[in-house]
Amino acid sequence: MFAPSEDQQALIDAARAAAEAILGPTVREDDEAERFRRDAFRRLGEAGLCGIPTAEAWGGLGLGYLEYAMVLEEVAAVSAAYGVALAVSGLPQVILARYGTDAQRERWIPGLAAGELLGGFALSESGSGSDAASLKTTARRVGDEWVLNGSKFWITHAGVGDVFIVMARTGGPGARGISAFIVPADAPGVSFPKREEKMGMRASPTGEVLLEDARIPADHLVGKEGEGFRIAMSALDSGRITIGAISVGLARAAWEYASRYACEREQFGRPIIRFQGVGFMLADMAMRVEAARLLVHKAAWLRDEGRPYTHVAAMAKCTATDTAMAVTTDAVQVLGGNGYIREYPVERYMRDAKVMQIVEGTNQVQRLVIARHLERTFGPR
Amino acid sequence: MKVGVCLKQVPATDSRIQVKDPAAGVDTSDVKWEINPYDEFALEEALKLKDDKKASEVVIFTFGDKAAEAKIRDGLARGADRAVRIDDPALQGSDALGIARALAAAAKKEGVDILFCGKQAVDDDQAQVPAMVAELLGWPQVLAVDHIDYGDGSLRARRPAGGGATEVVEAPLPVVISCDKGLNEPRYASLRGIMMAKKKKIAVLGVGDLGLDPSQVGAAAAMVAESNWSEPPPRPPGRILEGDTPQVVAELVRLLREEAKVI
Ligand SMILES: Cc1cc2nc3c(=O)[nH]c(=O)nc-3n(C[C@H](O)[C@H](O)[C@H](O)COP(=O)(O)OP(=O)(O)OC[C@H]3O[C@@H](n4cnc5c(N)ncnc54)[C@H](O)[C@@H]3O)c2cc1C
Repeated sequence: MFAPSEDQQALIDAARAAAEAILGPTVREDDEAERFRRDAFRRLGEAGLCGIPTAEAWGGLGLGYLEYAMVLEEVAAVSAAYGVALAVSGLPQVILARYGTDAQRERWIPGLAAGELLGGFALSESGSGSDAASLKTTARRVGDEWVLNGSKFWITHAGVGDVFIVMARTGGPGARGISAFIVPADAPGVSFPKREEKMGMRASPTGEVLLEDARIPADHLVGKEGEGFRIAMSALDSGRITIGAISVGLARAAWEYASRYACEREQFGRPIIRFQGVGFMLADMAMRVEAARLLVHKAAWLRDEGRPYTHVAAMAKCTATDTAMAVTTDAVQVLGGNGYIREYPVERYMRDAKVMQIVEGTNQVQRLVIARHLERTFGPR
Repeated sequence: MKVGVCLKQVPATDSRIQVKDPAAGVDTSDVKWEINPYDEFALEEALKLKDDKKASEVVIFTFGDKAAEAKIRDGLARGADRAVRIDDPALQGSDALGIARALAAAAKKEGVDILFCGKQAVDDDQAQVPAMVAELLGWPQVLAVDHIDYGDGSLRARRPAGGGATEVVEAPLPVVISCDKGLNEPRYASLRGIMMAKKKKIAVLGVGDLGLDPSQVGAAAAMVAESNWSEPPPRPPGRILEGDTPQVVAELVRLLREEAKVI
């Protein structure tokens, strides 16, 4: 439980080697140029990274979320943007594995698990973020097609992805009126008019998915009509573990970089780590990273064991992302002037960390989830 | 064609090497292990032959205890088919020749056509085993090779011969090749490879299985004995020359000639 098994260590080593070889050489360049490389993603797929928890029968590795978390940490320590790419492209796999028909699974999962296809998840709209159940995108059944209208905002992989799970309203207001659909990027009426320019996570494309009388075959509905919100929430429960793991990777990379720097950098005739003000900051960073990892691993373990994990996933996501923000910020401080210079990686870590507190449910929403769990546990029945 | 690869695990090149007990050698309690980097070239060359359908099977040979299996698994995860681990109490304390006898016996038993080794192991840097194995088998050997062209029942291997010259050696199979940097670009294990490696076999063979004469291996037969270990003296600190550039350059040249004696 507290140390990776020999098999897990082998996966961790392989993931690190792959990430360093495939992503390492261009990670800064890609951030500067806001460039996402499909060929790099494909190579991650060849290395076996794109379908870790997906069943072997569909081309995945059939491993647990614990292994998934370990691997994502390694990838994110090199490039958080590609950690996110793996996690987001994992969402349609998780959703279709659980709620899809055999035909839907066979059509999409193997390509996604191999990294040949890039997937996405489109829930948010400009008017409905945290309050996702208020979404306005509609889907109408016309003959043997669904016709979708609306605009999805801040969607990861908009414009570069091949297939999106889109949440749209098929019934009345509220969560029960929402259904989930498979929307191929090349379906008629689907376009990607806007790519956002971001503070961080710049190698990960984010943009609008515009649906104007977008037509998809009737069999592209996932699960039952009205089941969409439940599907989305269950995907986000899993997704929160992955965002937590990515944040641990970011935090670890920053803390390790800062520790090495503090051992080498001398001021007043000694390495700066010997100044209590710096040494204690690094000690706090170390504690937070270790604690966050344990919580992420616990959430993953609960999921793998088939136990309730929603509230622990929320705790893990919130703790790990707050940790990443704090630790990356302190890493910039430890590096002093160099921390603020783009030649050094820590300012990128800091910019990348910020968005982790916002996506897959803001950290306020996570606390809401945890508080609701507490009320259910301790409140009157 | 069956291809063998000799694979050794060595302390990672960035490990901190410490001697705590002069009789016991390097303290390995805190060491991270990796495949000997030159053995990675050997393995990659074998795997390329398999990719090109020139080799039907790639077998890893390791002389080592159970702890060596993690790196054998790494080799299997990269694509080798199976492994032979040579381990026997009677082999303990073997010197390079004893190890070579065991590896030669294993390669012969498996009937490999090419045995790839690393040029040397980066832990003790003896570079003895490949040549000894070839001699014991009566096979040709080409050592420290950085390019190979494969023919029918033979190969041509290129090796640096010093001073920028190269030597090209043609040899019939079976042959022992030791591999140098530049031969290829080693692959790393894919996660899928790691999952598949779990199902691959590692056979453990001892003195009896290999038909070795117990009097020729192990500590008793060793012609080299380790008597004392010590850490190298700390490197003297570098010197920084100060002053005007012309002055500093002149001083540097003088020091390089008179003190360091390198120019
Ligand atoms: C880089 C990036 C990638 C993204 N990728 C995707 C994607 O792939 N798919 C997708 O569907 N979405 C994606 N999003 C959208 C993201 O999920 C939303 O931005 C997020 O859910 C927050 O919604 P919002 O931006 O509308 O903020 P709002 O909901 O407007 O929140 C604004 C602030 O109010 C707080 N707040 C809101 N409600 C409450 C409450 N009840 N209690 C306390 N505080 C509250 C929030 O915590 C936040 O601090 C992405 C966003 C970014 C920036």
